[in-house]
Amino acid sequence: MKLITAIIREVQLDKVREALIETGINRITVSLVSGNGRQRIEEMYRGLTIVPDLIPKIRIEIAVNDESVEKAVQTILKSAKTNGPEGSSGDGKIFIIPLEDCIRIRTGERGPSAI
Amino acid sequence: MKTGMKRIFAILLLSVCGSSALIAAENTPVDSGATAWMLTSTALVLLMVPGLAMFYGGLVRSKNVLGTIMHSFAAMGIISVLWMVAGYSMSFGTNVLGGLFGWNKDYFLLKGIDTNILESGVPEYVFTMFQGKFAIITPALIAGAFAERISFKAYCFFIALWSLFVYNPLCHWVWASDGFLFNLGAKGAIDFAGGTVVHISAGVSGLVAAIYLGSRRGYPYQVIRPNNLVITMLGAGLLWVGWFGFNAGSSISSGLSTAQALTATQIAAASAALTWIVIEGFHQGKATALGFASGILAGLVAVTPAAGVVQPYGALLIGIFASVLCYLAIQVKNRLGYDDSLDAFGIHGVGGMAGALLLTFFIRPSWMAEAAGASPTGSWTIWNQLGVQALAVGVAVAYAAIMTLVLLYGLNKIMKIKSEEADEMAGLDRSYHGERGYGMVNPS
Repeated sequence: MKLITAIIREVQLDKVREALIETGINRITVSLVSGNGRQRIEEMYRGLTIVPDLIPKIRIEIAVNDESVEKAVQTILKSAKTNGPEGSSGDGKIFIIPLEDCIRIRTGERGPSAI
Repeated sequence: MKTGMKRIFAILLLSVCGSSALIAAENTPVDSGATAWMLTSTALVLLMVPGLAMFYGGLVRSKNVLGTIMHSFAAMGIISVLWMVAGYSMSFGTNVLGGLFGWNKDYFLLKGIDTNILESGVPEYVFTMFQGKFAIITPALIAGAFAERISFKAYCFFIALWSLFVYNPLCHWVWASDGFLFNLGAKGAIDFAGGTVVHISAGVSGLVAAIYLGSRRGYPYQVIRPNNLVITMLGAGLLWVGWFGFNAGSSISSGLSTAQALTATQIAAASAALTWIVIEGFHQGKATALGFASGILAGLVAVTPAAGVVQPYGALLIGIFASVLCYLAIQVKNRLGYDDSLDAFGIHGVGGMAGALLLTFFIRPSWMAEAAGASPTGSWTIWNQLGVQALAVGVAVAYAAIMTLVLLYGLNKIMKIKSEEADEMAGLDRSYHGERGYGMVNPS
């Protein structure tokens, strides 16, 4: 079991979510986060061009069984990219970490079947 | 082309140099009581526009909150200017083109009414501004039907055209002293404060626009939930307060008829709100805040045409019927699957029609006696009046529907009205305004 955390652009949320659901991954957690990365966006504020310190991003967390990891990663890669195949800085990152256990609260069942 | 320009220039010159006709009422003294109430009403009706902005703004997703609020605010800018230039003249001038709309060169740019006092003792400026507020809120109401999926630029052009070619003629027909619906039957079609002019026209146009533009991405399979019902409730409250200016101000006086309209307004809003949550209680098992707010609006919309002629028990019943009918309309919408996002038609169209027709059965006897007196045959029944009301409703529905379709079709040839898919996904706020409504709020 793995925990996939993807940091993506806010505007790509609908696309990524719809693509994930299409491939059969519909148990996801979404939150709005902000952070610093390589991306520098310029925004207009009262006629001035400013570069905000912390850029809002979307964090998607997906717990998957090992055989679904690659499918999820490929789906996110495809749907989160902007500006054609080469992408652009600020498209985000995907982190994968091993998941020690997974417990369904309702039944108490553990392990891969609880995912 | 050249003669066209010449003609336009000649008209402009005429209207600038034209001697301002002496108004008979120029020496009428100002009735300070009536004027004070009309000034208050004017401010109250304007308050409804930010009220509507909040009501609609809370109902959309967080990525569209500012764009939706801007639909109402943009109307305050665009329509105010248009009203001053030509709207007032088209609405309240004397018949031109066979009564299609009005025109009065003194009203063009409001330059000939500087010292006018109306017969009611109210300065004409106050009346102009009061009526202008109605012109503002009507196109803003339509925005609820195509919320979350319209380009801001196209919206601005659409409401400008709609105001000129749909609102002004309708307003002229119903409220100008030589309008044909104003003079229909014994004592005219009853539209006290804008059931046909404002609510039916906005609701029907909204329905046409919602169907013409198509639904939002993912509708109806993806759940689209309100981002902030708190501001929706505050908006509904502001609308209720503002409606006292809308209805009680429409008497253009400060006296008995004002009090009658105010009472009817309060009672219909309350009875409709209660009815809505009772229906919900039976149908869904819970009374929702949004349901209460929807009931308030349904009642206020339905009593708008009726406020001047019904007694309190009539207002009570109109409120009840309005909620039942609007609730049904929304259930039907869900079955049919068209995307009237914020139920502009379900509330304003259906509520407006319900009010305009139902009021016939609750008209106070003194009004009917006056109508009988004015009728050549010496008698006037509620069935005669129902016919007049139905005709007025039919005219408003047909005219608003056809003209909206024509305007949308024409405008779509020039610019794309519906948002591009990428813009819709990113949200109106980011795509058209470059801003975000909230700080760090989870997406909904």
